[in-house]
Amino acid sequence: MKRSVVAVAVLGLGLSLAHAQETVVRLGSVAPLTGTISHLGKDNENGARLAIEDANAKGVTIDGKKVRFELLGEDDQADPRTGTTVAQRLVDADVKGVVGHLNSGTTIPASRIYNQAGVPMVSPSATNPTLTRQGYPGVFRTIANDVQQGGMLGKFIVGSLGAKTVAIIDDRTAYGQGLADETEKAVKAAGGKVVAREFTTDKATDFNAILTKIRGVKPDAIFFGGMDAQAGPMLRQLKQLGIEAKFVTGDGGCSPEMIKLAGDAINASAYCSMPGLAIDKMPGGPEFRNRYKARFNTDVQIYSPYAYDAATAIIRAMQAADSAEPSKYLPALKKSNFQGVIGTVAFDDKGDIKEGAVTMYQYKNGAWSPM
Amino acid sequence: MEIFLQQLVNGLVVGSVYALVALGYTMVYGILGLINFAHGDLVMVGAMVALQTMLFLMGAAPGMSPLTMLTLSLAVAIPVCMMLGYTMERLAYRRLRNAPRLAPLITAIGMSFLLQTIAMILWGRNYHTFPQLVSTAPLQPVAGVFVTPIQVTIVVGSALIMAALIVLVTKTRLGRAMRATAENHRVAALMGVDTNLIIALTFVIGAALAAVAGVMYASNYGIAHYGMGFMPGLKAFTAAVLGGIGNLGGAMLGGIVLGLVESFGAGYIEHMTFGLLNSSYQDIFAFIILGLVLIFRPTGLLGERVSDRA
Amino acid sequence: MNELASAVPWLGRRNPQAARWLIVIVAIAAPLVAVLFGRTWVRVLDFALLYVMLALGLNLVVGFAGLLDLGYIAFYAVGAYTAAFLASPHFGVHLPFWIVLPVAAGCAALAGIMLGFPVLRLRGDYLAIVTLGFGEIVRIFLNNLNYPVNITNGPQGINTLDPLVLFGWDLSRNLEITENLSINSLFLYYYFFLACVAGSIVFIQRLQVSRVGRAWAAMRDDELAAKAIGINTRNLKLLAFSLGATFGGVAGGLFGAFQGFVSPESFSLMESIAVLTMVVFGGMGNVAGAIVGALILSALPEILRHLAVPLQQTLFGTVLLDPEVLRMLLLSLAMILMMLLKPAGLIPAHARYSHVEHLKRHGVSR
Repeated sequence: MKRSVVAVAVLGLGLSLAHAQETVVRLGSVAPLTGTISHLGKDNENGARLAIEDANAKGVTIDGKKVRFELLGEDDQADPRTGTTVAQRLVDADVKGVVGHLNSGTTIPASRIYNQAGVPMVSPSATNPTLTRQGYPGVFRTIANDVQQGGMLGKFIVGSLGAKTVAIIDDRTAYGQGLADETEKAVKAAGGKVVAREFTTDKATDFNAILTKIRGVKPDAIFFGGMDAQAGPMLRQLKQLGIEAKFVTGDGGCSPEMIKLAGDAINASAYCSMPGLAIDKMPGGPEFRNRYKARFNTDVQIYSPYAYDAATAIIRAMQAADSAEPSKYLPALKKSNFQGVIGTVAFDDKGDIKEGAVTMYQYKNGAWSPM
Repeated sequence: MEIFLQQLVNGLVVGSVYALVALGYTMVYGILGLINFAHGDLVMVGAMVALQTMLFLMGAAPGMSPLTMLTLSLAVAIPVCMMLGYTMERLAYRRLRNAPRLAPLITAIGMSFLLQTIAMILWGRNYHTFPQLVSTAPLQPVAGVFVTPIQVTIVVGSALIMAALIVLVTKTRLGRAMRATAENHRVAALMGVDTNLIIALTFVIGAALAAVAGVMYASNYGIAHYGMGFMPGLKAFTAAVLGGIGNLGGAMLGGIVLGLVESFGAGYIEHMTFGLLNSSYQDIFAFIILGLVLIFRPTGLLGERVSDRA
Repeated sequence: MNELASAVPWLGRRNPQAARWLIVIVAIAAPLVAVLFGRTWVRVLDFALLYVMLALGLNLVVGFAGLLDLGYIAFYAVGAYTAAFLASPHFGVHLPFWIVLPVAAGCAALAGIMLGFPVLRLRGDYLAIVTLGFGEIVRIFLNNLNYPVNITNGPQGINTLDPLVLFGWDLSRNLEITENLSINSLFLYYYFFLACVAGSIVFIQRLQVSRVGRAWAAMRDDELAAKAIGINTRNLKLLAFSLGATFGGVAGGLFGAFQGFVSPESFSLMESIAVLTMVVFGGMGNVAGAIVGALILSALPEILRHLAVPLQQTLFGTVLLDPEVLRMLLLSLAMILMMLLKPAGLIPAHARYSHVEHLKRHGVSR
């Protein structure tokens, strides 16, 4: 669905002539489709696309007219400035709702543009708490946010792992710092003691200096808020320095890539968390996985079920309000309450999903296995 | 004390790599007065090419001993970097030798980003696992200090290479020609030195050192990445300036000192500033040292050249 | 304006008057044409104008005074964060923009002097690398000053900055003229930025031919000789740094209000390099060059993004080179090839003030 603007304009004209009898409603989907995490971006778009195709196949009637949904997929390159540019592009194209963006860093600035234009957005994957705390009425998400994830991590580290002293490291990115701060709060709330708070960057490869310092305070567990590219080498260096604390990280490190990068340094005392349920534990998970595979000939990565439910929430709200106009269907979207792939989809007064689940994983036999 | 000694080891290892890379900067700067920004990225190219070779060898000859594999991959990575160094000099820097001051520097920055972009196209943006052919399992700790065989290899290896380089520069004919060219191109040329050849050789030798440093660096951390050369490159440059640019011994000293400062800095800054600053400032030490040295002692610790020369 | 006019191909030499009007018309009509392709392109133009301001400011430092600054984006960051401190819910302060913008400019100028003082003695490559360090230090501090006292809000950045309000007229809202006719906010920003750029151009061109401008040219071409004829190079360098920084600060303040969100990742080294490339590409020491360089190098990646991806998909069925790679490739090649083939840039500076021309005539080598 990526054409030049001219093509979109020309095509849009053509479509409106060709389908004069049925109304076309456009939804946008934004995620990085190029770059390091393009596989995740494509996954999000596919999820939204599947929801729209399902709705079209079923046939939706709004305000007495048959409606055909169309998805405009855009690429934000995980870059904030590009994010605002493509957000503008979707608003130009008169989309009635947006599924996206993928990263918090792009979603937050883009939400301002959607808000100005009055277009509701549902993010399937942006976890930064700020997103839903800006006071924008049309901002929602179907994934647990970092407060929920950090809370779970804190309870897990102190409760399930029985760690009394914890060292916390973050990579000084919006994601890593946000998650580490929430985890720190939760660790303290659960009665654990944070004995060291250290920092690195998202480009670093050498952690020996901070790890040595951490070794001096002998924590029971180490939490790292950051990505797999740092978490992997960090595990290796832990081993080289003879540190035997449990290693816990968030969703950024919860990838097969992390296992590859950690090499032989990873073992059963490595844990990670993921917002949401493992796909097998989702009510509609196994069925979704098969249908997804049949349609796109590739496997579900992470967030496509959330994108599917995000798009479905918008479509259902339009049906409930009997209008595709944002101002009319927004109240219905706020009141969403249905059984989606991921479970019950209902939003709290900020727009966060109620009952946002978080799952912990442990390293076992070469893979992350849900606990 | 145990922690202090461990930080000392950490600093030495990082510092040795900085020193090796710094030599490349200092030689080129000494002879041309050019900061070859792309030098750090040669470190990356060295690591990437070695990685590619290892992956190929693992597929082609699965039973090969680690040492043979390491030697063979170096035997590929070093010439590739040398060729790249020569190409850069020949195609870009040589033409700009008499251009206005800013031109070669801007070209070098462009070169650095070009190398990174090409590496990104060839090898993708992901981090790659780099086979650790020298063991990274810690040896029996002495006084609570953990040292791994690869770390020993890095420190000893770079010391040997640096010693060899100093012999080359001070004792051989080639070294004399290099020093003469650094002193004054035109006079050296009048004395019968083929300055073009000498300058090209300087680039080539620097590139070879970068390739070795790249393989060491990647082996130590077990990862390789298209952007891995930039930051170490900048820090190595800092090390060269700190030691006194143009001075080989200075580059080594500067590298080790910088490695130690970073390691102890990250470890003790919180105590020293009463919790005001913390390890998130680890990366600014290099820049602050650089600024201070250039402003207050432009000749560096062991330097003889003045910063005005550029 | 004259310089700009003479840069217009063909017409510029024959009829400068007409060329001047042509530029004015193009500048005013540009968003009206761009909007035919979608409002996105108006947004692209808005950002392009911010880059023009940055390039103009950096050109002052690099092109006029001959001081290579690789940390220029730090001043942009100072401006943007000043705007964020003074007009956002972060500290709960909401000052009007006509206070915010001068303060942002002032803070940036101060930062320029703070950088300028210690590096007065440095020249050439050393200056470049220290300024690079300065840029990184500023970014690292912005990224980390949320502890022990939260000043910058760290990596999370500062959100919901106040939009620009001009005489009670909110630029972020569409201007409703009648029921059916309204002017989109992006146009309002465009014309406001255009006015700022126009003001800057007038100021810079006056400056260039003033005593200060001529002294800068003398200092750039031969510092020793400049000193010998009684030019106070210390003050001139500081002036160059602080004036250049002022432009960066203003652009930063505008950027903050326009985007409504500032975070340290917008001010990376890559951005400094991008602005430098714009100046180099267009022609160092030349106002028209800086403008053309900024316009081309900020719009081209966007155009590539819209053309290259679909094109590759139809040709190869997949995206081989993604837009970010193309942008990097474009910038790095522009730097290298320009220096090798056309060191004076796309639009070479006026001979009288040009470094390159001077060298050509006198064949000075290092």
